[in-house]
Order: sequence, then structure tokens, then C-alpha cells
Amino acid sequence: MLSLFKKPRIVGGVHAEPHKSATATKAIITHFPLPKKLYIPLQQHVGKPAEPLIRVGDHVLKGQLLAYSQGVISAPVHAPSSGLILDVNDYPAPHPSALPIRMIVLETDGKDEWITTQPMDDPFQSSAEIISLRVGAAGIVGLGGATFPTAVKLNMGRENHIDTLIINGAECEPYLSCDDRLMQERADQIIDGVRLMLHGMETDNAVVAIEDNKPQAFLAMHTAALPYSFIKVIQIPTRYPMGWDRQLIRYVTGKEVPAGCRSSEIGVTIHNVGTAHAVHHAIRYGRPLLGRVITVAGGAVKKPMNVEVPLGTLISELFDFCGVEIEKTARIVMGGPMMGESLPHTGLPTVKATSGILALTQDELKDTEEQPCIRCASCLSVCPAGLRPFDMANNIRINQLDAAVDLGLKDCISCGCCSYVCPSNIPLVQYFKYASGEVMARQQAQHKAEQTRRLMESRNARMERIAQQQRDEEIARLAAKAEREKLKSEQETVA
Amino acid sequence: MIIHLKTVSGAHVGAQISVSNIMRQVMLALLPATVFGLFIFGWPAFNLFIITVGSAIFFEAFCIKLGGKLAKPVLMDGSALLTGWLLAMTLPPWAPWWIGVTGSGLAIILGKHVYGGLGQNLFNPAMLARVALLISFPIEMTTWANVSPLFFSQSPGLSDSWHITFTGLENVDARTGATTLGFIKTEFSQNRLLPDILKDLSGFLSFIGWTRGSMGETSSLLLFAGGVWLIRQGIIQWHIPASLLLTVTILASLFHLIDGQHYLSPLLHLNSGAMMCVAFFIATDYVTSPNTATGQLVFGAGCGLLIFVIRTWGAYPEGAGFAVLLMNAATPLIDHYIRPRIYGRDRKGKPLEIPKT
Amino acid sequence: MYVLSAIVSLTLLGLFLGFLLGIAGKFLKVESSPIIDELESLLPGSQCGQCGFPGCRPAAEALVEGKASASLCPPGGSALAEQIAALLGLELDLSTVKEPELLVARVSEATCTGCTRCFKVCPTDAIVGAPKQIHAVVADACIACKKCVDVCPTECLQMHPIEVTLRNWRWHKPVLPEAGNAVC
Repeated sequence: MLSLFKKPRIVGGVHAEPHKSATATKAIITHFPLPKKLYIPLQQHVGKPAEPLIRVGDHVLKGQLLAYSQGVISAPVHAPSSGLILDVNDYPAPHPSALPIRMIVLETDGKDEWITTQPMDDPFQSSAEIISLRVGAAGIVGLGGATFPTAVKLNMGRENHIDTLIINGAECEPYLSCDDRLMQERADQIIDGVRLMLHGMETDNAVVAIEDNKPQAFLAMHTAALPYSFIKVIQIPTRYPMGWDRQLIRYVTGKEVPAGCRSSEIGVTIHNVGTAHAVHHAIRYGRPLLGRVITVAGGAVKKPMNVEVPLGTLISELFDFCGVEIEKTARIVMGGPMMGESLPHTGLPTVKATSGILALTQDELKDTEEQPCIRCASCLSVCPAGLRPFDMANNIRINQLDAAVDLGLKDCISCGCCSYVCPSNIPLVQYFKYASGEVMARQQAQHKAEQTRRLMESRNARMERIAQQQRDEEIARLAAKAEREKLKSEQETVA
Repeated sequence: MIIHLKTVSGAHVGAQISVSNIMRQVMLALLPATVFGLFIFGWPAFNLFIITVGSAIFFEAFCIKLGGKLAKPVLMDGSALLTGWLLAMTLPPWAPWWIGVTGSGLAIILGKHVYGGLGQNLFNPAMLARVALLISFPIEMTTWANVSPLFFSQSPGLSDSWHITFTGLENVDARTGATTLGFIKTEFSQNRLLPDILKDLSGFLSFIGWTRGSMGETSSLLLFAGGVWLIRQGIIQWHIPASLLLTVTILASLFHLIDGQHYLSPLLHLNSGAMMCVAFFIATDYVTSPNTATGQLVFGAGCGLLIFVIRTWGAYPEGAGFAVLLMNAATPLIDHYIRPRIYGRDRKGKPLEIPKT
Repeated sequence: MYVLSAIVSLTLLGLFLGFLLGIAGKFLKVESSPIIDELESLLPGSQCGQCGFPGCRPAAEALVEGKASASLCPPGGSALAEQIAALLGLELDLSTVKEPELLVARVSEATCTGCTRCFKVCPTDAIVGAPKQIHAVVADACIACKKCVDVCPTECLQMHPIEVTLRNWRWHKPVLPEAGNAVC
């Protein structure tokens, strides 16, 4: 009875059709044929883009640093295979707009020849700083999709005295099963990565949270973690978006991250299982992040699978390998079907953030005409952030953006639950993304107007100064002239 | 290379639900009570039902055409059909044809399209129309036909029913009477006491809905069953019906215990008039009820309180329509003050404080 | 008879009250002038003249006199139009506000002679350069007033739309379907 009065640990969310069985039951494919060309974006992370230090025509080895990290929040980029640098230029980015972004084009030589790596024999003897330095140098970013540089997070963890590290194995997005397979097949490596991260953050406890629709992954991870009493593996209810970091924190610790704060400020840090796996490879073998496991699924895929591919592989090659039926494909989605982005074509590379590529058929899509809102409030009841989506969307429709901001537009996480349940097919998330972009643009415009006014004022002041100077000079000149003439006339009178 | 230039945001997949689907399920839930009502009140009720629903669809199409839009896709959502249906359920079963037409016009034009169409109205269209009819045409709206089931010898036949619906009822006194609530109200005014009055009423027949009343409101049991099914289907939430019925039950029990001579028992309250229909089908209307669970509890309790107050001390024997309309008016206020708490913020929208450990 | 007296008395009452309102409007009018200053401070202040008035102050005066609409300032866009409308209590139909097509001036290096005329007229010092040197436009400071375009002797200064990049790309507003939409 008391539990009724406790704060609820799960708010909102939906039971989405999982569609995971097509890939979750099959082993990760590791023999993906090496592509002829790799397109490696210089920015695959949150923060500043990496700066290239190779030239066109250079020959590079696998694992060689291609571009170094710039500034505090950034991450380096390495060569996923050996070969020749063909170009450093703008190519379409894996983004809904497919606008160009700077990339390094690498022509592989097929030898896949490694650069000399520097494994650490006993990382637990070295200091925590060394661990995060190495993680940073390996170009590891959050592989759950947030792509925040992992080393920065480890450092913040050390500074903020984290008491719990949560490892996110929820994988709540439908279709995706790459984390599930990773946990089933490489649990030992992940647990080792977790231990290394704990060491790097100087934290004592870790909780690995896995949704209860992945019993095999739970079993594997549980077994792998048995020797380490400080790593707890728990099962959590299956309910999208359980993998939203703040929802997971609320469920596991009962604490909420205050708005505008980072989770480390309440003593919790969260990392993805894929990230732990990458940390293991970076520290134990000195191998930077060169590839990742990607789920290729959807109704138009003949051979859906989890496949380990080098970063920079074009989606078209991935689709050829998995047998995607082009005429059946109605939409290409990078990421999961809830939060993933639709891509305009397949000539785009996979990046560190790519957890899945979906080729969805028309039948799978929610793609019918928008109807009027009937205020059924389903969106409100599923919103994990506690917002009133229909109210926000109604305000945005009539351009009342300020009202939408007051209703909490900035607290929206674009999880897509509202769009998922809406019986009127209102593209709520798109309304919010549009409004957020518009609000930001307006702020920038306002900032620019203020700047313009400052520039104007300083220019006017300068002009005034110059004019004053000229006037002063004129007065001085006239005075000097009068002086001269006075002298002259005096001399004349004397003479 | 595959090329799809449409830029659309997620969620790319969705639940299999649509507006017309919701409307269909509500109608399905109404079906047993409606069939029962049509059966016990015979052909005239059937005529009125068809006229009301038909004119609701006509007025909907008319309004949409007036707005310069295509009528067919909007009609397909089924909302006008449902509004007409609900209105018909609340009308006296043998009311003349123009009651149905006027009611539908009020509901669709004044109750819905004046506000901007589906999803924009402040008041429940069916209740708005019913109350407007009740105030404007009190005689027609309180002439309650006796139970006269289809195919019974003393019931009106098909041709008879045309006569009743289109030219009016003859020999009114012999074929109509008061509803349970109306009867009790009249007898109270004659200073009779409740146990005495109840002797004149058949408990069992009115319990199963074999009694005078609105076309589809007499069978509380069937309406209750339909409502529970809707909750199970996830179409409506339990909050409004539960708090409404609970409030009425608590108030009725309290007063009945204090003075059983003058106050109706909770069972009589729950099983009479429009109680079940309002609790499950009218008050739960998405558009005109609050959005949050807490708000819905407040709304339901408010409806229950007003129904009880109007029935007990008001001039009208039944207060459900008025109660719902009054609470509809309070809905924006409830929604303004009762909001969900945003993650990481307090109820006022300020960021939470970082707990000190 | 009753009907007639009702009609007559109500009409008289209406006329009388309307008369009172008219008088009140005439004699209790609130003089407003500091609002011009407030409006001027909202406007960009670059005196670019794109609104058709000789500067931001005259534009503010025109707004107060009702000679200009709230959406008069192209560089300000809809955000400014909203602020002006709120200040003046005007109804603003945002669908009529054209979002300014974002332009910046760009120097074509082949034809620039380094005459320095453009950066002398630039109200925001957005053009940098020196005599006999090729000039360049700082895009972030350019307000698209086109003054430099007018004075350039070789037509090497041209207005170009701001390029859409990943940094400034934004989601478009969902388009409502034409038919079958009952929300008016």
C-alpha cells in the first residue's frame, strides 16, 4: 500500500512492437567484406570536429590517427583499415538533410595492416588519469547514440565523485538488437570494460540494467559479472523509452536529474554497453574505435542481421550485403524507428553513432494523413518527460512559440512516444523539432540584432571621433595661420 | 542507390489506432444498450434514432462544405455519427421527428462547428443539445413512452410508428408516464415519504431497464458493461467513471443513512436516469474533459456532486446533463491548475534542487 | 404595443450609451509618445532603409501612426514583428509575415579594385580591407542593407542567399493536409 504513495519510477512510455527476433537470435556477422572506399566524417561526436593531420596521397595503416581532437570536448578519428587517403573534402553527411560535411576518403588496400599498438598489461596499476587519456586517444564516444566523448565523461566522473555507474543495456528501441547480441556474445569483454571505466572514474559501484525481454543477455552478463561483487546486473521492465538516460537513472536510483543539470551532479554517470566494449579494446589491446556492430533490419531486408562494420562504410554497401529490396523500401532510418532519423539516400557513411540501419516498408510506417487533434491526451499519458504534447503542438501550429516554450518545449527529448500513440497521426515530434530550431534561430537573430546595434554604435562613435579630430585639426590649422599672419603683420609693421 | 527525398521525423512506426477506430469502438460499446432501448420502445424509437443520426451526419457535411472542404474524409472519422447516436440515446423515445432534427442541428452546429470543429468544442455537443431541447421544449422532452416492445400486440406497428413520429402522439395519457426519478420527485412534492412511494414502483423491472426513460439510458447494466469494456480496451480511462459513480454513491449513502425517508438510496441513484450513460460515455468525452488523471478525478467528482445536488434539491428530476455542462466549463480551469510534473522540475516548473548528500 | 415600446426604449438606450462611449473616446484619450522610443530600441537601428522609411526612428513613428504594419522590418523577421505587435497591441497574422530571405553581401575577388567605398558606407563595419586591397565581408556582421552594393563602382559586391549547412539547417513545419481538415 505504501508503494502507492511513493514517487513513480516509470513515467509514461509505450509498449512498442519489438520486431527484434529477426536479428536477436543470430550471431554477429564479423566477416563483412572490406569496402573499397571508406568515408570518414571528421565530426562523429558532440563537440568540435577533429582536425586532419594527414594529406591527400598519404598511405595510412589501420588504427593510425587521421585527425586529432580539437579542444576540450572533441574526439580523434582513426583509419578503420590500411590504404591511401584519396580526398579530404565535403561529402553528404548521414543526416536527414544529407548536407555536406568534411570527410576523409580512404581507399583501402585490402591488406588491413595494423599499426603497432600499445596494449596495457595491467591497467589497474596505472592511474585513473591514464585510463581516461587512453580512452580519449582511442576516439571512443558514447555508442548509445549520444556520441558524447567518453573520456570527458570519465573526467567529470572523477571530479564529481560518482557513487554509481549505470551501464545502459536497455536497448528499448524496436528492431535494434546490436547491444543484445554484444551482451550475449562478449559479456566478459563488456564487464572488463565496466571495471576499467570504474577505475577511470574512481567509482566503486556499477549497475548494469538490461530490459527483461533479453533473458539471454541478462544471463550472460550476470555470469560474467559474478566474480565482481561491485558490479550488479539487474533486469528492468521492458517499456520504451527505458533507455533514456534520465528515465533509467530514475528507475535504478530513484533520483531525478534536475532540469539543466548533468547526471554527474547527482552522483550518477551512465554509459552504454557498446562503449564499455570499446573501452575494453582500447585499454587491453590499444585498439582505437574503428568499427561497430550495426543492426540492419526492417521489412525490406531479406537477410536482417547484426554485422560488425568499419566506420565509414556506405549504407549502400551494407544494404547490398544484407539484401535490401529497393522497390519495397519506403524509408531508410538510421537508428531505431522511434528516435532514428530518416535518410534521403544510401550514399551516406555509417558513423560511431550508427546503432542500426532500417529499411522499412510502407506497411511498417506510420505515414497517414494528419487529422485534427481530438484531445484524447494519449500523448500526455505516454510522455516520459511529463509534458503536454498536444498543447505544445497546437501552440506551435499557430506560431505561438513562446507559449510552447512555457509549456516545456525545451524539456522534450524527441523520444517519439507521443507520435507513436497519436490516433490522429499528428507528427508531434516534428512540430517540436521545428519549434526548437525556430526558437534557436530567433535567439540567434536577436543576438545578431544586439551585435549590430553595438557595431553601429561603435562605428558612430568612431565617425564622431574622426570628425571631431578633423574639426580640432581645422581649428588648430586656422589658429596657426592666424598666428603666422599676425607675426607677419607684426614683422611688417616693425619693418 | 535508393533515393527518398521526403524528410520526416520519427517516430517512424506507430500504434495501430485511429480516430475512426476509437469512434467505432465507442459505438460498439453503445450497441447493446441501444438495441435494448430500441427493442423496448419499438418502432417510434427506431424512427427517431434514424432521424437524429441521419440529420447529425447531414449537418456535419453541411458545415464542412460551408468551410470549403471535402466532406467525405471528415465524415469517415465517425464523430458526427457518434454525436448523433449519443444524442438519440438521451431523447425521449417517442419524441416527434423535429426534436431529433433540432437536437442534431444544435449539437453539430452550435455544439461543435461554431467552435471550429472536431476537438475544439468546449461543451459536449450531445449534452448541449439535450439541455437546450429540455429547456426549449419541456413538454416534448418529458413525455416518456410506456415500455412497449417490438412485435408485442399492444405496441405500435410500423405504420403506427410513422404516425407517432411525424404527426404526434394521440391518447397521450394512456401511453406515457413519468420516469422513476420524475415520479419520485412529484410524489415528494405531495409530501409522501420514500418507502411509501417505492411501493408503487417495481424494483426488478426498473433494475433491468424495463422502465420508462430515455431511448438508450434505461438499461444501466448494459451501459455499465459497455463502459467497462471500453476501459479494458484502453479507449477511456477509469478515472472519470470511477470518481463520478463513487462520489454519487458516497453522497447518496450518507444522506440515505441520515434520512431514509427523504433521500434515495445509492442503488436507486446509480440505476436510474442517465447516470451510467453519462459516467461512461458522456463525461469521458476526450475533448471536453481534463487531460490528466488527477484532473479527471476532480472532474468526475464534480459531475457526481452536481448530479446528486440537482437530483436531490433541484427543480429537475435528472441533473446529469446540467452537471456535465457545468463541469465542461470548468475543464480549462482544471487543466490550467492540474498539470503533469515535468521531469527534473517541480510542479511550478522550476528545476529541482540538487540533493545534498 | 409592448413590442414597440421595447424596441424604442432599447434603441434609445443603445444610442445614448454609444454617444457616451464616443465622448469618452474623444476626451479621455491617452496621449502616447514614449512608445516611439521603445519601438526604436526594438528595431535593429542600422538605418538600412529596407522598410521604405529613411531610418529606424521614422519607421517607429510610422508604426505608431499606423502607417506601417508590424511586419515592416525585413531584417527583424517574424520575431521582431511579434514583439512590435505585442507592444502596439496589434493583431498579427504571422502567415502574412514573410520570413526575410537571408542574404549576405559577398565580394567577387576578380573585380574588386580596393576602392574602399563599400566599407565607408557599411553601417556595421562588416567589410574589412584597406586601400588597393581586396575587401571581404564578415558574413556574421552583415545585415543585408545593400548599401555597399549601391556604391560599388565595379559591381563586385553582390547579395547571395546564406548557404544552408548542417549548422543552420532546421526542421520545417509539418504541412497540414488540404482536404479533410476540420480545424479551421
